[in-house]
Amino acid sequence: MIRKSISKQAPTGLPSPVGAWIDRSRHDGGLRQYVVYLAFALILATFSIILHDDGFLSSSNLLNIGRQAAPIAVMAVGMAFALAAGEIDLSVGSVVALSSLVAAELVGNYGFLAGALAALGASALVGMVNGLISVKVRIPSFLVTLGMLGIISGIARNWNDLQSLPIRNDRFSGIFGAGGLGPVSSLLIWIVIVGALGHFALNHLRWGRHVLSTGADRDAANAVGINTARVKISALVVSATAAGFAGILLAGRLSIGRHDLGEDYLLTVIAAVVIGGTNLFGGRASILGAVTGALIMAMLNNGLILMGLEVADQLIARGVIIILAVALSMREAKEA
Amino acid sequence: MSKGPALVAYGISKSFRAVQALDDVSIELHHGRVTALLGDNGAGKSTLVKCISGLYQPDAGRIFVQGSEHRISSSRHARELGIETVHQSLSVIDPLDVAENLFLNREHTRGGWLGARIGLLDKRRMRKECADTLARLDIRIPSLRRSVGSLSGGQRQAVAIGRAVSWGQQIVLLDEPAAALGVEQTQRVLDLIINLRDQGVAVLLITHNMDRVLAVCDQAVVLYQGRICAEVDVADVTKDDLVSYITGARSAG
Repeated sequence: MIRKSISKQAPTGLPSPVGAWIDRSRHDGGLRQYVVYLAFALILATFSIILHDDGFLSSSNLLNIGRQAAPIAVMAVGMAFALAAGEIDLSVGSVVALSSLVAAELVGNYGFLAGALAALGASALVGMVNGLISVKVRIPSFLVTLGMLGIISGIARNWNDLQSLPIRNDRFSGIFGAGGLGPVSSLLIWIVIVGALGHFALNHLRWGRHVLSTGADRDAANAVGINTARVKISALVVSATAAGFAGILLAGRLSIGRHDLGEDYLLTVIAAVVIGGTNLFGGRASILGAVTGALIMAMLNNGLILMGLEVADQLIARGVIIILAVALSMREAKEA
Repeated sequence: MSKGPALVAYGISKSFRAVQALDDVSIELHHGRVTALLGDNGAGKSTLVKCISGLYQPDAGRIFVQGSEHRISSSRHARELGIETVHQSLSVIDPLDVAENLFLNREHTRGGWLGARIGLLDKRRMRKECADTLARLDIRIPSLRRSVGSLSGGQRQAVAIGRAVSWGQQIVLLDEPAAALGVEQTQRVLDLIINLRDQGVAVLLITHNMDRVLAVCDQAVVLYQGRICAEVDVADVTKDDLVSYITGARSAG
């Protein structure tokens, strides 16, 4: 009697990849995930026209944008994991400075590799403390990392009495910023490497899926036995470590470690990630989107300078653009 | 497979501060039978399910799974014993696709030892096995690559139940599996329950809907204020009987 009601449909099968892709994009928010690439193209086109005579499209200027985007992109990849797990890391800017100082302190005596590894280790440690306090003491991560921002900024300022530490190591500078492979800046190569690693980890590793699950529905993730506390801690470690790597890239490009490197990156990074389609409240993330968002932010910065805006006007323009862009991408997300 | 009951919970008591949620409750689940767990709101149904699924530790009582006694310490432990629970709040992850949900935290990896260490997902194998499982249960989902959040309520429920039995679990606890579902979708879920039963799974079904009890259940256990007030074969009772047990007007068994 009950069985009769089963309607006759094709059994569940394995559809062709293309069909599945179309099916998936139609049901999973459609255009939303491509908004960031559209915005990128639009802004690129606009600046190309407006700033044609100012050399916006010159290879040296495009390279410049890429260089500026590198630390933002690397931090954005890390932040995407923190947001995906339902956390946020406000301490990233201070970790950039800490990492640059640790690297600068050690590269001279112990070589470029030890300097870089120590800088990454110190950053990861900050992330670990962020995560442990947030998860074990149950304090929202925005508060813990806000406190950590103050602590690490203070340590960075005390490190060398606000003076920069010079880095005199050609290998360090060459690998992490100033050099490159032929005509390609090493910074661009690092964007690709970090972006690819992040994309791979989010989409092809068990850990990435668990990060998303934890951010989407922590109770449900717990119910299937995922150790969501550990997942959240690991996401904050990744976020801080990425910020530490951004610090290494800045230190490499400028050949210094300094207390204020990365100071004003926080808002830019969060904007890049959210514009890129990552949900501010967890459960959805796009690494390629975050990298594209970082390129957009660098392009905006560059374009506004070329347009001849004063620093004050740049700040205002950037603030307005960020709010607009984030509002747009969030509305898209809600409709989906 | 043992011929005895799949699960026996004996003399289970559980209180929260001053409230006695369960008082000396015993229940038996059998292979190939669907048992209804009935009772008004607050009668202790969900508490009992949580005690069996390892989310709560009972204050008193013993639990036997396939004939041997266990203290079920966590939901993971329950799962290892072959008990799977589909809770009222669906534990599916919206942004993940169907196959990823089915294999969540039990993912297949590829790439040998290193792949297992870093957790490199074998998506193809998971999709394949997911398709097999869903086909076996007669669950139809348009595409296994669709995110579960984009599916209908009935399909999401089917995914949750599919996951519960995808690993050959022999005891399945369903807490209001058809709540907030339409007629057609509810029917699908009931079909699925019958399908499980026919495959020898012991099913415990919590519901408020008497028609569903009469349609798919073999026996019914009714809780009233934390105690068992009736334990009957569904074939022997009417809808009105069940309602009067639930409201505490009568008791039986």
